Amino acid sequence: MIRAVMVMNTQGKPRLSKFYDFQPPQKQQELIRTVYSVLCSRPENVSNFVNASSIFGPDCQLVYKHYATLYFVFVYDSAENELAMLDLIQVFVETLDKCFKNVCELDVVFNYCKINTILDEIIFGGQVVETNSAEILRAVEDISKLESTASSTISLVRKPVSSWQTWQSR
Amino acid sequence: MEQLKTLGRELAMGSQGGFGQSKEFLDLVKSIGEARSKAEEDRIVLHEIETLKRRIIEPDIPKRKMKEYIIRLVYVEMLGHDASFGYIHAVKMTHDDSILLKRTGYLAVTLFLNEDHDLIILIVNTIQKDLKSDNYLVVCAALNAVCRLINEETIPAVLPQVVELLGHQKEAVRKKAIMALHRFYQRSSSSVSHLLSNFRERLCDNDPGVMGAALCPLYDLIVIDPNSYKDLVVSLVSILKQVAERRLPKSCDYHQMPAPFIQIKLLKILALLGSGDKQASEQMYMVVSDVIRKCDGSSNIGNAVLYECVCCVSAIYPNNKLLEAAAHAISNFLKSDSHNLKYMGIDALGRLIKISPEVAEQHQLAVIDCLEDRDDTLKRKTFELLYKMTKSSNVEVIVAHMIDYMISINDNHYKTEIASRCVELAEQFAPSNQWFIQTMNKVFQHAGDLVNIKVAHNLMRLIAEGFGDDDDGADSLLRLSAVESYLSIIGEPKLPSAFLQVICWVLGEYGTADGKYSASSIAGKICDVAEAHSNDNTVKAYAVTALLKIFAFEKARGRKVDMIPECQSLIEDLSASHSTDLQQRAYELQMVIDLDAQTIENIMPIDASCEDIEVDKGLSFLNGYVQQSIENGAQPYVPEHERSGLPNVSSFRSQEHHVASTHALRFEAYELPKTPVPKAPPVSQLSSSELVPVSEPSYNRDVFMMPSVQSTSDGRSDEIKLRLDGVKKKWGRPSYSSTTPSSSSSSLQKTINGVSSIDGMGGSSSKARDAYDSRNAPVEIPPEKQRLAASLFGGISKVEKRPSSIHKPTKASVYAAEKLNLETLAAGNDTSAEKSRSPPPDLLDLGEPDNDVIASLDDPFKQLEGLLEPGTSNLNATPENDIRSLYTGSTITAQSGVINTHQSNNDRLLSLNKGPNAKDSVQRDALVRQMGVNPSSSNPNLFKDLLG
Repeated sequence: MIRAVMVMNTQGKPRLSKFYDFQPPQKQQELIRTVYSVLCSRPENVSNFVNASSIFGPDCQLVYKHYATLYFVFVYDSAENELAMLDLIQVFVETLDKCFKNVCELDVVFNYCKINTILDEIIFGGQVVETNSAEILRAVEDISKLESTASSTISLVRKPVSSWQTWQSR
Repeated sequence: MEQLKTLGRELAMGSQGGFGQSKEFLDLVKSIGEARSKAEEDRIVLHEIETLKRRIIEPDIPKRKMKEYIIRLVYVEMLGHDASFGYIHAVKMTHDDSILLKRTGYLAVTLFLNEDHDLIILIVNTIQKDLKSDNYLVVCAALNAVCRLINEETIPAVLPQVVELLGHQKEAVRKKAIMALHRFYQRSSSSVSHLLSNFRERLCDNDPGVMGAALCPLYDLIVIDPNSYKDLVVSLVSILKQVAERRLPKSCDYHQMPAPFIQIKLLKILALLGSGDKQASEQMYMVVSDVIRKCDGSSNIGNAVLYECVCCVSAIYPNNKLLEAAAHAISNFLKSDSHNLKYMGIDALGRLIKISPEVAEQHQLAVIDCLEDRDDTLKRKTFELLYKMTKSSNVEVIVAHMIDYMISINDNHYKTEIASRCVELAEQFAPSNQWFIQTMNKVFQHAGDLVNIKVAHNLMRLIAEGFGDDDDGADSLLRLSAVESYLSIIGEPKLPSAFLQVICWVLGEYGTADGKYSASSIAGKICDVAEAHSNDNTVKAYAVTALLKIFAFEKARGRKVDMIPECQSLIEDLSASHSTDLQQRAYELQMVIDLDAQTIENIMPIDASCEDIEVDKGLSFLNGYVQQSIENGAQPYVPEHERSGLPNVSSFRSQEHHVASTHALRFEAYELPKTPVPKAPPVSQLSSSELVPVSEPSYNRDVFMMPSVQSTSDGRSDEIKLRLDGVKKKWGRPSYSSTTPSSSSSSLQKTINGVSSIDGMGGSSSKARDAYDSRNAPVEIPPEKQRLAASLFGGISKVEKRPSSIHKPTKASVYAAEKLNLETLAAGNDTSAEKSRSPPPDLLDLGEPDNDVIASLDDPFKQLEGLLEPGTSNLNATPENDIRSLYTGSTITAQSGVINTHQSNNDRLLSLNKGPNAKDSVQRDALVRQMGVNPSSSNPNLFKDLLG
C-alpha cells in the first residue's frame, strides 16, 4: 500500500502532500521536514530508495525523484514493488507534464485542485488504480469539462520539468 | 527558487487571476516564497488566516471565491498552520449542488478530516446521496471521500450503495468501489466479511483495470490466509499468461510492457500461494519462466517485473531451471551501473540465498563493492544480506564491518538496529569468549544507550553462568578477561549507562575473585564511576551494590576490610541521597560490613548470582514467633479473603475515634476528601485499636451507627483499600519502604518488617538478577527486527537445520539438546521468564517452516529462542540435501517429531547431571565450529579474501 505522496521543492517547502493514513497536521509537517532532511543528505547519482522505517514506522520505504526544483516522494510498504513505485512517480510527472505542457513548480502550486484530481486518478485509497497517462488525462478532462473550468491559457516562460524525458533514456 | 520569485513577480504584475486564482492568492504564494525565515513565513500565514477567518463568514460569497478560500485554507494547513476554523465551511461545500464546489469540498474534507472527526456525521448523508448520483464523476468523488472518511461505525451506512456500485456500468466506478470495499476491509474486516467473495467475482471483470484493482484486496486476504485461496492459482496463472502474451487491450501497455503493475501484483500473489506448496508451484513454473523470458531488462518497469519474478521464484517450491534464470537476472542487476538495480539485486540475492546459498559466491566482489558504496541505502541493504549470510566462519568479518559502520553513522534508529544485529550474531556465532566480550564492549561503547537493556542483562548472565559449568577454568578465564577488559575501559569518558551497569556488576561479582586485583583498587575504580556519573542513579545503585559485594567477599574470606576514604565519603553521600533506593543500599552496605564473617557468608555467598533463591512464600519460619505473639495476646492474622468478604471496620472505627478525639466539632462536609486519611494517622490508629477490642457484634452495630450512609461507604471503601495495601506489603515481595502498621495485626507486621529487612540484605546480591527478571518478562522486540528474525530463522537456518537433523540425527539432536539444556539452565534462574516460555522441547521447533515463521512473529519469546539458537549445526549439510529434504513433506514432519521426543528425553537426562555434560557441550560446540569451517560447506569462499 502507498502510505503517502509528497511533493516538495528543493527548499523543503511542501507543494503537495497526501497521506493515505490520516496524520494530524503537526505530524505531517514533521514528516515532511524529516523526509526533506533525508533527501538533502543524499548525494547525487545514488539509488532512489531510502529505508523510511525510522520515519514512517516499520516496513516503510520511500522512493524519491528529483525533477528541476521539485522532489517527488512516494512512501510505501512491502506490498509494493520498489522499481514499480519509481515508475509510478514517472507516470505522475508524465501526466502532469502532458496536462500542463512542460510542468513547472508554479503549476503545482497554483493548480492544487487539478493536481489532486490527477493523483486521485492514479492512486486511490493507497492503491495504484491507473498507470496509463492518456487514460488519466481523459478522466481529468472529463471532470474539468463538467466543472466547466476554463483552464489556464496563460503561457509564460517557465522552467520545464523535462528531466523525465532525459531520465527515461538513461 | 529564484525562478519562482521572478515568476511570481511576473504573475503578480502581469495577470489578474492567472491559473484561475485571484491576485490575493498569487501574492500570498509569492510572499511566502520570498520569506527569508520561518518566522516571517509564519507571520504571513497567520495574517492570511486572519483574513480568511473574516472573509469566509461574509454572506453571499460567490461560488468561485468560496472555492478559492477553501483552497487557501488547504494551502495554509499544508504549511503547518491550524485551519480548523474553516473545516465546517469545507463540509458545507460538499452539500453544494455545483459539482465544482462539491469536488472542492470533498477534496478539502479528505485532506482536513480523519475518519473519527466529529464533522464526519454531517457528510455521511451527502455521501449517501452522491453515491446514488447519475453522474459517474459525482459517484467517483463520493467514493473517494468514502475511502478516506468512513470509519467502522459509519461503514454500514454506505456499504449497500458501495456494493451496488461494484456492478456499475462505468469501469472507473467499479474500480473505485472495489478499492472502497478494500478500505472497509482494512478498517474493520468483520463488517465486510460476508462480502469478500465479491473480490473473487471482480477478478472475472471484463475490464482489465477492474481485475487489476481486485488483485489489491485479494493480496491482503491471501497474506492472512493463503490456504483458502489455493483454488485461485489456476485462474491467476491463466490471467498472468494472458497478460504476458499481450492479450490485453493496447491501452494497458506501459512503456511497451503489457500491464506491468498487474503482472507485479499477480506475481506477488502467486509467490504467497506457491510458498511451500509443491503442487501449486508446479502450476506456476511455466508462466513465470515465460514472464522472465519476455521481460525487457533495459527498461525500469521491465526490471521491476523481473525482480518480482525473482522474488516469486525464491518464494515458491524451488525449480532448478527457474532458479538459474533468477540467478542470471540477479547477476544482471548487480552488474548494472544503476544504483537502483544494484539495490534490487542485493535484495533479490538475499531472497535467493535462502534456497541456493551457492549463488552468493559468484557475486562476492559485487557484494563487497556495494558494501563500500557511498550510497547509504545500498550499504544498509548489503548489511542486511550479510546478516543473512552470517555463519561461524565469517562472523568476525561481518560483525567487524557492522561495528565500523555503526560507529560511523548518526542515525540512531539504524544504529540501534545494527547494534542489536551485532549482538545477535555475536551471541549466536561467537568463535571465542574473548572475541565475544570484546565485541560486546565495542557495541556497548558506541551504542550502549540504544540497545535494549536486556542485552546488558544477557551479557551479565552469560558472564555469570559461563557455559553452565561452575568449577571449570574456562569460566573463570572468561570472567577474568571480562574483568581485565572492563578495568582497562572503565576510565574512558562518556560510557553509556547500560555498559557501566554491566561493568559495575561484573567488577563487584568477579573483580576480586581470582585475587589478581586488590579489593581496594577495584573499589576505587567503582567509586570513580559513581562519582563521574553522579546524576545517574541506576549506575550509582549498581556501584554501591558492587562495593557491598566486594567488601562482603573480602570479609568472608577472612581479610580485614579497610574502606578507602573516597569510598567512605561516597557511602556517606549516598546515605543522605534523595533516592530512597540509593539510601537503602548505602545503609545496607554499612550494616553488612559490620557483621561477622560467618553471617556475611550466609547472606552474601561468593559467586552465587546463579543460585536459586528459594522464597518461602508462607513465611513458615515465623510460625513459632507468631504462635508466641498470639499466646502473648496478639490478634491472629485474618486472611485477606475473609477481610474482603467482611470489610474490616476495626481500623475504621479506630479512625473514627481518632478523628472524634482530635476534633470536637465535626461537620459532614469534611468527610469527602478521604484519600489521604489512611496514611495520615497510623500511629494513633494503632494505639486506639489496642484500646478498643474488636469483636464481630460490635462492628455490625458500628456500621448501623454511622451518621450518613454516604460517608459510611466512602470510609469503608477507603478502609478496604487500606487493608489491601497493608496485605500487599506484608505478603508480597519483601519491601523496604516503611509500611504503615495497621491496627489488627501490628505485631505480626512488625515481625515481618524485621525479617524482611534482613531478607532484603541477603537478597541484594541477587538484586541485579531480580531486576533482570522483572524486565525480562515484557521483552520488546521491535517489529522490524521481528520481521527480519522471522525471515532469517524461518528461512536460511531453518532450511539448513532440518536436513542436518535428518541425515545426521544423532549429532545434531544431541547438540541441539545440549544447547537446549543450556537454555533451560538459563531460564531456570528467572522464574517469571520461564513461566511465559514454552516448554523446552518446543524451543527448537522442527515443525513446518511456515508455522514457525508465523509463530515467531506472534511470540516474542520464540524470537528470543531464535536468538539463542545455535544455527551452526547446519554447516555439515550440503545444499542439495537442504532442498530435497525440506519439501519431502509428511515424512519429515514425522521424523522431526521423533527427534523432538528424542531431544526431550535427552534434555531430561542432561538436566539430571548438568555440569559435566554442559562442559562437554562447550567443547563439542567448539569442535563443531572448527569443523564447520570446511570448504564443502555452503559458502566458503565469500570472505576468503577478507579472512586471508
